[in-house]
Amino acid sequence: MSAGRSLLVGLALVAVLALVPVDLTDIGLPYPGLRRYGTYILTLWLVTAIAAMGVNLIVGYAGQETLAQAAFVGIGAYLTAIVTKAGVPFGVAFAASALVTFVVGVLLGFPALRVQKHYLAFVTLAFTVLCWLVFRNEQWLTGGVMGIRDIERPSFLGWPLRNHVRFYWFVLGITSILTFVLWWILRSPWGRAFTALRENPLRAESLGIDVRLYTLVAFALGCAYGGMAGSLYAPLVEFIDPSPFALGPSLLFMLMVVIGGSGTFLGPFVGAGIAVLLPEWLRAWETWYLLIYAVLVMVMMAFFPGGIVGLLSRLLARRGTATGGRP
Amino acid sequence: MTVLLEVRDIEKSFGGVQAVRGVSFDVREGEILGVIGPNGSGKSTLFNCILGQLAPDRGRVRVDGRDVTGLRPSRLNRLGVSRTFQLLQVFPQLTVRENLVLAAQEHRGTRLGRLFGAPDVGLGPEADRMLEFFRLTRLAGAMAGSLSYGQQKLLDAAMAFMSGSRLVLLDEPAGGVNLTMLADLRERLEAINRETRATFVVIEHNMEFVMALCTRLIVLAEGRIIAEGPPAEVRRDPAVIEAYLGH
Amino acid sequence: MADFLQLLISGLATGAIYALAAIGFTLLWQTSQTINFAQGEFVMVPAFLALIAMRWLGLPFVASLVVAVLASMLLLGVAFRYVVVGPLIRRGVLPLVISTIALGILLKEGVKDFYSAEAQSFPTLLPDTLITVAGVSVSLAQLGVLVVAFAVIGGLQWFLAGTRTGRQMQATAQNPTVAQILGVPIERMILYTFLINAVLAAMASILISPIYLAKFSNGETLGLIAFVAAIVGGFNQVRGAIVGGLLIGVLDNLAAAYVSTAYRQAIPLLLLVLVILFRPQGLLGRREERAV
Repeated sequence: MSAGRSLLVGLALVAVLALVPVDLTDIGLPYPGLRRYGTYILTLWLVTAIAAMGVNLIVGYAGQETLAQAAFVGIGAYLTAIVTKAGVPFGVAFAASALVTFVVGVLLGFPALRVQKHYLAFVTLAFTVLCWLVFRNEQWLTGGVMGIRDIERPSFLGWPLRNHVRFYWFVLGITSILTFVLWWILRSPWGRAFTALRENPLRAESLGIDVRLYTLVAFALGCAYGGMAGSLYAPLVEFIDPSPFALGPSLLFMLMVVIGGSGTFLGPFVGAGIAVLLPEWLRAWETWYLLIYAVLVMVMMAFFPGGIVGLLSRLLARRGTATGGRP
Repeated sequence: MTVLLEVRDIEKSFGGVQAVRGVSFDVREGEILGVIGPNGSGKSTLFNCILGQLAPDRGRVRVDGRDVTGLRPSRLNRLGVSRTFQLLQVFPQLTVRENLVLAAQEHRGTRLGRLFGAPDVGLGPEADRMLEFFRLTRLAGAMAGSLSYGQQKLLDAAMAFMSGSRLVLLDEPAGGVNLTMLADLRERLEAINRETRATFVVIEHNMEFVMALCTRLIVLAEGRIIAEGPPAEVRRDPAVIEAYLGH
Repeated sequence: MADFLQLLISGLATGAIYALAAIGFTLLWQTSQTINFAQGEFVMVPAFLALIAMRWLGLPFVASLVVAVLASMLLLGVAFRYVVVGPLIRRGVLPLVISTIALGILLKEGVKDFYSAEAQSFPTLLPDTLITVAGVSVSLAQLGVLVVAFAVIGGLQWFLAGTRTGRQMQATAQNPTVAQILGVPIERMILYTFLINAVLAAMASILISPIYLAKFSNGETLGLIAFVAAIVGGFNQVRGAIVGGLLIGVLDNLAAAYVSTAYRQAIPLLLLVLVILFRPQGLLGRREERAV
């Protein structure tokens, strides 16, 4: 798809998404919109998708492994909660979350990437546990297991966002911008460099691509996306405690990106959707949903490792040729 | 003629096995130097030491007078040294044209600058020229993975020349290529050498190819140089004949 | 001083158990390129298999242990090899990594849902009575753990270095292509590695559950310790895994006594950071040639 067309499709999607929670009966359309909880879930989906995009960049495009995304989301969330409660404007908190998580990503990635390939997975694993310990123990800073409550939703240029639909639009706007940034990066020569270093790092090196540097930047950027997701997560849920930032959720981030389709652009959105909606659908079997999820992942890896988006792409491609597509 | 590549006293061993035992040679600008020798003579190890893939235990490598021993391959490439690989070659999921742009993009502008410029970094015309030179123009938009083996080899060579490297190291360029393609490949390599004065160092097993292409040969056996000189001389050298027959 | 010795001994005891988990993990990676992210859960499950044998099948303790080890060999060895790893290894590394991560979650949730979310007490082979050895009082159970763990490790070392099959396994681990050319039946060697890992994990499970209590969430901590021990020791070495495990066990015990317990889990993590920064090839590893 050409750049222009992709952008138009993107804008159309954003427009549709903006209208989803809105009650359209006033303007004559038979669509009642979503209630508060539905809008909340939609917002949660977008926030999760931002973090998933970060993981997708690291795993799907740069070919690495990260088990620390939940920790980075946590850093962003706690940083934002603490700092906004002290009176700092949200915009500053958001920028700070992005910057801090980027720098931490560099510090973490630099030594780990010098060594064998899978070391990053273990280093990120250890980092997640470490962060979670800090979140849980440093009561003076993070409130410990009691967490931080009454996190306020910010205002946008003086316009308060406490209303769930307004906050949703705010998050939608930020998600759109972040998605656009990623899209831009991937379409640029950087994207080509990522493809090269993922597929054949040896060959990429020999063409002048500094594999270590590009991988490090991809990793740090992916972590920063996690931090930014966390920064939005805190005011969304208005109360944070250490549990969503533990090892389990970090693993789930990896899983959701792969289920959605690692290395595809829409994959993180699909994966995040499933991750957010599955607990809702399987509410009846609440304690079993993780089990079912795990089984689904294993089956999927054996039969369609390209994830859902990968599978759909293949099906669509086949349909194209079956109906006499291009010669 | 200036000396472009100086290799001095390179030694490399792996866990007790000495693969390269003190190899020194010069390569003059514009030359096509062939490196031959029986299997296990240390040719690949030597190559990898020159290219920064391996750090030599001892010795120095100088390109254009500048010490480049042990520099990362990507750094070396940006200093004007390219290579082709014996096996791993093109990027199958990119088109032929994209492969060529990729091969030179790191040499244009700065990394940050490339984020904001055109996606093909202004390399379109050069890629087209390269496609024409290697007679791959009609395949420009095809996925590199769909090319035949011989065509991929040509693309691989084209990629090595895209960034205007002055020194190109070719690792078994003739491997697995059929006779007609081979003649093509040799002819193209000679043409580029004539037109751009690029210097080549070629590892090869295919004797005919090497004898026809190279202006000078060095022969390695058991990690050491046992002969050096123009192809006709080297082929008659008794030490060389023995090294090959002895295997 | 006596206190310190006591801590040292109990540290070595738990360290030896960690070493069992780390050795299996390392062997699996070396021989078959399988990074088993579910290793922690592999050390959690066998204890529950024994509990099931005892409580649901009414078997006596020792028989249950035997059942647990055999069932582990079947499930965590054979089934793991042919149902999970086999089909996935040709898909590439990432699908396999993801699958072992998912498997870990599966085992954890499976135990939680089908057995219990509560911590279960697990009987020891030897009673906890204190005996005095060279002026230091140690628990018999701990000594027992030390003896059993070292016996298993010793047995494994002997097997690997002293028997033909063992040496074939080592050859497969070092260079599968060459091993195959030399006539080593690598498929069988790989299967043996999986079986050995299952046995080691089962032994570790049986030895650690009396101390930690059998709980579905044990896998997280144990897995992390196994990974760190393997890396700290130097990934390519079995001996390294032993050193790594013992080191972590001792440090962990000392930390629990002299440092705040809130950050006890951070000890192996700190060790990992230090090793990665200053000696990435591990304490006993060889410096890897730069591949790129």
